[in-house]
Amino acid sequence: MRRCVQSLLAVLRRYAAGRFRVDATLGWLLIAIAFSAVAQSWAAAPAAEQRAQPLHDPELERRALALGHRLRCVVCQNQSIAESNAELAHDLMNQVRTMLQAGKSEQEIVDFLVARYGEFVLFEPPFDARTLLLWVGPFALAALGLFGLWSGLRRRQQQSGVGATLDEAAKAQADALLAGDSPSKTETRVAKESS
Amino acid sequence: MRWKYVVPLVVFLGLVVLFAVGFRLNPREIPSPLIGKPAPHFTLPRFAEPAVTVTPAAWAGKPYLLNVWATWCVSCRQEHPMLMRLKQEGVRIIGFNYKEIRGDAGLDARKLSPEAEAQLAWQRIGAWLKTGGDPYADLVVDLTGRAAIDYGVYGTPETFFIDAKGVIRYKHIGPITPEVWQDQLRAKWLALQEGS
Repeated sequence: MRRCVQSLLAVLRRYAAGRFRVDATLGWLLIAIAFSAVAQSWAAAPAAEQRAQPLHDPELERRALALGHRLRCVVCQNQSIAESNAELAHDLMNQVRTMLQAGKSEQEIVDFLVARYGEFVLFEPPFDARTLLLWVGPFALAALGLFGLWSGLRRRQQQSGVGATLDEAAKAQADALLAGDSPSKTETRVAKESS
Repeated sequence: MRWKYVVPLVVFLGLVVLFAVGFRLNPREIPSPLIGKPAPHFTLPRFAEPAVTVTPAAWAGKPYLLNVWATWCVSCRQEHPMLMRLKQEGVRIIGFNYKEIRGDAGLDARKLSPEAEAQLAWQRIGAWLKTGGDPYADLVVDLTGRAAIDYGVYGTPETFFIDAKGVIRYKHIGPITPEVWQDQLRAKWLALQEGS
């Protein structure tokens, strides 16, 4: 305890001496973030509590939320009805809960919402003729890209002559180079100068 | 090797067409799967006689517009004079008040008993119709918004075009402005009348 106080005093002394400015700014920033987080959770809590009516049965509530995460909120469009705070999302979430409680299956509930709001409510569109391009398109494009890359690399390889057979003279020269014979050096220099 | 130049050009033109179409679409306008289907059933209290409940069967026989609105909805205020004009032109409009109290973000509906909620709703609707005029041949009140879910309502105002047989023929999302009526909706309304 005493050591703790001592180190705290040391920190304060350093701060008073002005050797601590950066850390202090950081500290204030952290305090500000903490405060705003708390303020936000206070502000958001009543709104969420107001309209969501979680089920008493935790297993049923878990299923309701899992289903809710697969359904798009038609008002905010890029949030699921389980996450969204929009009025309608809460209404639809409560509707899902009511139907689950009444013993309806997940598929029946999905069908219920699709019949009213269209397939737009599904985050995962069904696989059929209309959505074929959506489902296979990215894979087809990736395959096309890989094929293009492969054929391009192959063509370049052929053009640069790597892997092509050397004629006898070139082979002999290469062997000589590898063996460390000096005449090849002069030969290449001559070749360079003449070119 | 001419295809080397043709392929990127074709891909580019394809993208241009895709973007030209895609960016014109309004992602806020969700097509209704209910077009061509009978108007969903509901039982809701009538504004004029709160003790009496009505079903869509009450309006069968003649085409009508089912206009979904609320007094907290700003676009509905903008739309209201146009509805008055349409009424004068002989368009049959049925009003559907949507979550008058619970949909109002400025109010905490939890603090109200069901009776108080209904009372406040009727008060607000009455004041609205008194100020702006009553364009509705009939008006029902959906306090909970449950019936609106069956119609796929996701905002206000929305207007359903329902023919004499009670089949939904079209859905307009957003306020009916004079321009929208003239350019798109009038012809659809006339087609409904011819069909009856």
